[in-house]
Amino acid sequence: MGGQKVIELVKVNKVYDMGAEVQVNALKDISLSIDSGEYVAIMGPSGSGKTTLMNILGCLDTPTSGLYLFDSVNVSDMDDNELARIRNQGIGFVFQTFNLIPRSDALHNVELPLIYSGVPVSERKERARKTLEMVGLGDRVHHKPNELSGGQRQRVAIARALINDPSIILADEPTGNLDSKTGDEIMLFFEDLYARGNTIILVTHEEYIAEHAKRIIRIRDGMIESDLPIERNGKVKAHHDTEKVTVGTGGQG
Amino acid sequence: MTFGDEVREGFKLSFAALNANKARAVLTMLGIIIGIVSVTLMGAAISGLTNAFNNSISSIGADVLYVQKWPWGGGDNEWWKYRNRRDMKIDYADKIRRDATMLAAVAPVVQRLGTIKFGNRTANNVIVDGTTSDLAYVSNMSFTDGRFFTNVETRGDRPLAVLGSDVADQLFPNQDPIGKTIKVNGLSFRVIGVRSKQGSFLGMFSLDNLVIIPIGQFQDIFGTHFHPTIEARVADSKDMEDAKEELRGIMRKIRGLTPYQEDDFSINQQDLLTNAFNKIAAVIGGVGFFVTALSLFVGGIGIMNIMFVSVTERTKEIGIRKALGARRRTILAQFLIESSLICLGGGLIGLGLSYPLSMLLDKFLPTAMPVSLAIIGIVISLAVGVISGIVPAFRASRLDPVDALRYE
Repeated sequence: MGGQKVIELVKVNKVYDMGAEVQVNALKDISLSIDSGEYVAIMGPSGSGKTTLMNILGCLDTPTSGLYLFDSVNVSDMDDNELARIRNQGIGFVFQTFNLIPRSDALHNVELPLIYSGVPVSERKERARKTLEMVGLGDRVHHKPNELSGGQRQRVAIARALINDPSIILADEPTGNLDSKTGDEIMLFFEDLYARGNTIILVTHEEYIAEHAKRIIRIRDGMIESDLPIERNGKVKAHHDTEKVTVGTGGQG
Repeated sequence: MTFGDEVREGFKLSFAALNANKARAVLTMLGIIIGIVSVTLMGAAISGLTNAFNNSISSIGADVLYVQKWPWGGGDNEWWKYRNRRDMKIDYADKIRRDATMLAAVAPVVQRLGTIKFGNRTANNVIVDGTTSDLAYVSNMSFTDGRFFTNVETRGDRPLAVLGSDVADQLFPNQDPIGKTIKVNGLSFRVIGVRSKQGSFLGMFSLDNLVIIPIGQFQDIFGTHFHPTIEARVADSKDMEDAKEELRGIMRKIRGLTPYQEDDFSINQQDLLTNAFNKIAAVIGGVGFFVTALSLFVGGIGIMNIMFVSVTERTKEIGIRKALGARRRTILAQFLIESSLICLGGGLIGLGLSYPLSMLLDKFLPTAMPVSLAIIGIVISLAVGVISGIVPAFRASRLDPVDALRYE
């Protein structure tokens, strides 16, 4: 793992106020770092804090306390508009439910991040078209999402995530709504993107999906349970051995 | 993201959203359409009335004082006080003319309806004015043909007549009236002039359905018991108030009033009518404004309601856009543009409807639809759009991206 740190969390906490003095500590002193060019899977059962962690990593939410450096920039207490700029420039989202704008065609969906970053019309059309060609949808640019299959929709979403050349691609259960064959195709896409040097963070609860990654971070009860690389043959190295990982340092900080 | 892109994207999205819910958009627009139609029609009626009034009032003359028993516009006292006043007399005109220094011309005018005949043609219910040659100067008269009678002709009670243009048209459709002999209530008069067209007073009666004859001839026809209005033209309109004071002093002297007695006459002028009209116009305008504001308010509530629905329906979409980097103001602009488009569309349709409606209304009431009114209509509809869209749009812009993305 060489490269620059693209993500660095230091003692990040997230506390939700549920009213009546009930507080939920969704993340407890999480510290971790991810280098540029890594392929990381974040795993954990529901309620583990995995989604909260993803929201913070994706700059959709801010930590209650702790430090989050994204591309060496402190984003922990940025306001809405500054976070929007980080999401726009630095993060490509791929969602389980695709999250395409239903009334817009594939081209316009892919164009959206460029519109928000102020790229002129002709350039963004060109770039959107090229990116769609890259994901194999060059002949589907003017199809609306409801005219596309699930796999095609997810590829439009991947094209949209790639268009602004982001620092990380954040994929939340990207195969969750796809049959296994299509899911495999999508995972091959991520392999390919990784091979080209993209940083990929995959959030999933499926073991076989996570095994596509090169490193698995397991979350339980708001804490990092384990953070281990995967062997070349795809087997996870001693991932039940929680004793060796100290929560809060993770050997990264 | 540049402002232009933001607006263009907002327009594109709004059109798509409105297109997807056509029936809803049209129904929502209806409220604004009704509001704008009522605003513009009310405005058209008021500006039409004002135009008609201003045209009519100019026939009274801004620098002419009218000495009469009754005050215009009702006055401040009980009506019987005015009724019990002494009547005006024709010879006041001479007395005033003799003493006044600030008046250019003074003329007594008596008025009655009469029947005018020429050959086998008849004009009924024509206003017959009996006056002196000075009226030509007081009223600043102009003539399409001929002249007014002279001082000598007045003094000599010559049977001469000046026609209003309506009477001239009616009795002499194909010939020159000058020099012809007409009958006014059976007595013969020679036509010496035709007055140029004056138009109508507030669209109610024509000012051209008129015959003017020397005052002595008038008394021969109708008798001597009619009381004149003394009309006086002020020499310099800058001295209006001083001239009025002078006239008042002269009248008090003529009437033999002691310093402790109130005036027993009224000196009227155009201002009084203008003031009375302005009061009425203000009341009509106020009531009209209230009614139209109410209908626009109801329309605005409709827009606000539908915008809240629209925001709720598209919560997920807002979440997606925010995740992709849309800023608050981008979302705000998107929904503001949508509500403004609904209202602007409604406003334009409303204007399109109210123009023919105002033409129709013009048949009953004087109506005018100036360009400024159309612009005001458009500005109002845009304002309603922005005002009723701002709260829903603001709410949309403040949505938390995490919550919005989770919304199904």
